Amino acid sequence: MTSQQPLIQMQNVGKHFGSFQALKNINLEVAKGEKIVVCGPSGSGKSTMIRCINRLEKHDEGRIVIDGIELTDQLKDLNAVRREVGMVFQSFNLFPHMTILNNLMLAQKLVRKTPKAEARETAMRYLERVKIPEQADKYPIQLSGGQQQRVAIARALCMKPEVILFDEPTSALDPEMINEVLEVMVDLARDGMTMICVTHEMGFARSVADRMIFMDEGEIVEQAEPEAFFHNPKSERTKLFLSQILTH
Amino acid sequence: MSFDLSLIVETVPKMLVGIGLTFQLLVISAVLGLILAVVLLLMRISGKWYLNWPAQAYIYVFRGTPILVQIFIIYYGFPQLEFIRDGILWPIFRDPFGCAIVALSLNTGAYVSEILRGGVLGVDRGVLEAGEALGLSKSQRFVYLTTPIATRLALPAYGNDIISLLKSTALASTITLMDMTGIARTIVAQTYAPYEIFVSLAIIYMILTFFLQKLLGRVETYLGRYTQREG
Repeated sequence: MTSQQPLIQMQNVGKHFGSFQALKNINLEVAKGEKIVVCGPSGSGKSTMIRCINRLEKHDEGRIVIDGIELTDQLKDLNAVRREVGMVFQSFNLFPHMTILNNLMLAQKLVRKTPKAEARETAMRYLERVKIPEQADKYPIQLSGGQQQRVAIARALCMKPEVILFDEPTSALDPEMINEVLEVMVDLARDGMTMICVTHEMGFARSVADRMIFMDEGEIVEQAEPEAFFHNPKSERTKLFLSQILTH
Repeated sequence: MSFDLSLIVETVPKMLVGIGLTFQLLVISAVLGLILAVVLLLMRISGKWYLNWPAQAYIYVFRGTPILVQIFIIYYGFPQLEFIRDGILWPIFRDPFGCAIVALSLNTGAYVSEILRGGVLGVDRGVLEAGEALGLSKSQRFVYLTTPIATRLALPAYGNDIISLLKSTALASTITLMDMTGIARTIVAQTYAPYEIFVSLAIIYMILTFFLQKLLGRVETYLGRYTQREG
């Protein structure tokens, strides 16, 4: 994987919301198969950064290149990128008016142009993988939060993405449901999926991350392997943040 | 004053002869109004000022004036205009039924488009973002996500408008149409018994509203089936 070009390249990326600078000079490369965990205080730009990767937000400075395709205003490139980049949201964002099975089949049919039977088969395979095939014909509201988030992961997987972005996937969950979602994510990581996770689940980060990224005030303050990151952080801001989230 | 029951027994069937016309006015203007409403909605949410502004102006005019005045302008006013008399739409404007349909449709279209817009604005942004992240195009998101969700959100208010439209059809009687109200007014003119006749008429409208309400309730339950925790 070292010989290949990185799957995701962000070069000097900046982003403003009006006069507020949400991202400053972000430089990040992610290789295929790499697992990155991004943490930092709220408002530090973590979500904005990963939302720029599939262009839910448009960056206004620098370059972002995904699998050789630069993110620009040309629509064709954008759809090509979105097929390769899956995303899991904090609030699940399942389609409330569709059954679980249809949630998983919709984009396959519309975007991948997969025939219905094949889309259904793929959907069922991933529902089994996240261990809720029996919920296929229910509506999202009939599932627990943890189950809904597992469906959301399965929905992203159905598109066979090259990378999955996780935007605080367990923050909206009741505590007893966090583990079932993390287990699915660990399982994905073992399988070699490229992942960028914004999360404060430090146990998950320790066991899965190849690299930790700490952001504050729109900047990447520190990047390190988990071992070094947790035991020997270089920046004072990182130390302070870790002391705040790890002491309790 | 006594309440003449035999008069009611005698006249109600006569009024019911007009129910067909009442229904025609209701159904045709509801359908045309809905089509107009969708067009206005798309103009409103297009993000283009040259579509948005005319739609807003239209809605302002039709919500800002009484429907009775709109009916009068179309029925009594339009025939004064030469280009309308010479135009291809003259067969519609010459006919009171055509005028009533046009007025009711144009009016309900303005209200319904705002009701639909409320539904569209109520769709969870996160759901649309999820569609976007999965690669659905803007029009695919509108058709497969926004439309079904917004329809359910808008339905209670839409039902209200349909019931209101049923009552507005009575105004067609002011331009000579013999719907139920038109017939009732004729009978009153002959019998001088406004109390019995108009009370009976009111009760007929209430019964119709009851069934319309039941029907709308069924549609609401069906469209809202995914909002129930127990499947």
